[in-house]
Amino acid sequence: MKNSDIILSTEGIGKYFYEPEKFKVLTDINFDIKKGEFVTMVGKSGSGKSTLLYLLSTMDTEYEGTLTLDGENLTKQKKERLAEIRNEKIGFVFQFHYLLPEFSSLKNVMIPALKLGKYSREEIEAKAYKTLEMLGLKDQALKNTSKLSGGQQQRVAIARALINDPKIIMGDEPTGNLDSKNTSIVFEIFKQLTAEFNQTVIAVTHDNDFAKASDRIIEMADGRIIL
Amino acid sequence: MKKYKHNINSEIAYTHLFTKKKQTFIAALGVTVGIAIFIFMNSLMNGFEVASIESLFKSTPHLRIYKNDALSESLVGSLDSSKINLISNPKITSESKKIINPIALLKTLKNEPEVTGVTPNVSGNVFYKNGDSEVSGRVSGVIIEEQNAMFNLQSYIVDGNYANLSGYQNGIILGVGIAEKLNLKMNDNVTVTSALGVNKLMKIVALLETGNKAIDKTLSYINLPVAQQLQKQSPSYITDIYLNINDFEKAEASIDKYKDLTGYDVEDWETANASAAAANKMRKMMAMVISLSIMLVAAFGIYNILNMTIMEKLNDIAILKAIGFSGKDIVRIFVSEAIIIGIIGILFGLILAFILINLMGNMWVGGDIGFFPIRVFPKYFGVGIIFGLVITFFAGYIPARKAAGLDPISIFRK
Repeated sequence: MKNSDIILSTEGIGKYFYEPEKFKVLTDINFDIKKGEFVTMVGKSGSGKSTLLYLLSTMDTEYEGTLTLDGENLTKQKKERLAEIRNEKIGFVFQFHYLLPEFSSLKNVMIPALKLGKYSREEIEAKAYKTLEMLGLKDQALKNTSKLSGGQQQRVAIARALINDPKIIMGDEPTGNLDSKNTSIVFEIFKQLTAEFNQTVIAVTHDNDFAKASDRIIEMADGRIIL
Repeated sequence: MKKYKHNINSEIAYTHLFTKKKQTFIAALGVTVGIAIFIFMNSLMNGFEVASIESLFKSTPHLRIYKNDALSESLVGSLDSSKINLISNPKITSESKKIINPIALLKTLKNEPEVTGVTPNVSGNVFYKNGDSEVSGRVSGVIIEEQNAMFNLQSYIVDGNYANLSGYQNGIILGVGIAEKLNLKMNDNVTVTSALGVNKLMKIVALLETGNKAIDKTLSYINLPVAQQLQKQSPSYITDIYLNINDFEKAEASIDKYKDLTGYDVEDWETANASAAAANKMRKMMAMVISLSIMLVAAFGIYNILNMTIMEKLNDIAILKAIGFSGKDIVRIFVSEAIIIGIIGILFGLILAFILINLMGNMWVGGDIGFFPIRVFPKYFGVGIIFGLVITFFAGYIPARKAAGLDPISIFRK
């Protein structure tokens, strides 16, 4: 395997929680993820998979070990740079939608792209519409996100994660709130992104069917990778 | 990479403010109240201070130049038993109260750049008589136009006109207290008798009321030559020169200068009115302490309400950070929100302060004060604006900076 094929790698990552008492939640995590891979992480709740995903997404910087994304060591990076990386290279879908409640669906999707500033406002708007349409939300585009159903909100959050064509899309149970029809839509989108656009997907999931259909499963237990 | 600069930070700030109008309004109201009270209280205290200083200068000049009574000196310095000592009889001579060549001196003083008013004065103790009743008091021989220019005499005249004095050589402007005691009205005659036994029949051309009973019951103004005649003195006889300078606060510091310039004793208004001056100083200190306390309370109130609005947005901050906004962006967004709230609040605060000041200024307190002595001091409106902006900036900056430094996950976990 060539080095340039690797999008994400971890080296000896460990993490402690200090409250209510000191507790090692992740121990010696080492793995590489290749470009275009569709990886799912499974494990019982409390196994540390979500915690690991947050570390990988640079949203949690309190850990030991080394994290490399797209050839760049992220462990010692300044917070400003990490924000840029999250904006440009990482699309993150939370378990809970975490949309900005004051904005319309369309604006929520557009905001990361407006921040990035790679395209004009018109281009961004067109792209946001296209992404929402792909997720079956075209009619909801101008509605305020607080007026949408849980499943719709989750799909808007997915559209937001995709808008900047990130190198890697991370999902913390991205389909947890979705019905089977929408779950399969999202699954197909992820498949297509990895296969056709060489984007990488890492998703934490409890859905065994979802996991089985992915390229690779990382199973975790008690803060360690067991498979 | 970055081709377009979309002003997304301000867009988010505006959306926050406009979608939560009620919250924005309440936060701005907090600023409004703080700023209005700050300006109002400062104007109140300063208005009061200005009024009390003004009432002090109704009858007191900034500086008074006079020849002090002096004992004639003993011919020998000290007694020495080995020598024969000459005995002298130390006495105040009648010459000693006189200022020599006052006309030249007045001219010199008028040429000083900081001098805003100079007028000569001859004062003496007299009896006012009407029939059998008499009142003791003090006459002040003045050049009425100059006196009016320095002490704004016309504002205390309750009947007649001060300018009439220059038309009647034997006219008198009488304190209302004297007039009341002697049962005198405008255009009545009053006999004035000096300590040297000179009698003059004077015609009342105006009545004076300063509001200070002690003054109103004793003081009258007459023409300078008449006062000189009452003292049996020549037209060059002057007992005091009244001097106003452009800044009354500098009066004390310029005593030595005028001593050197004139060769006579100089007394400043603070020495002449020691208790009033001390009260004034005390009031000033009090005003400063109160002003600082109000500033502190207002600042704390503004800070609290803005801090609260930002803390309510903590989750949004985490979301923005998760999708790639940096700590700097977060600070910019929330500082601009705070500043906009601040500007709205300050604007209404200025209006509210203006209304409050006008309401208070229309309250009648009576006496020689009249309406409550509050007025619009532009200085405090300026200070209020700056104070408001500084506070809202920090009230936005400090909590935003704190939130911006957190990892988004640590916010979500809470």
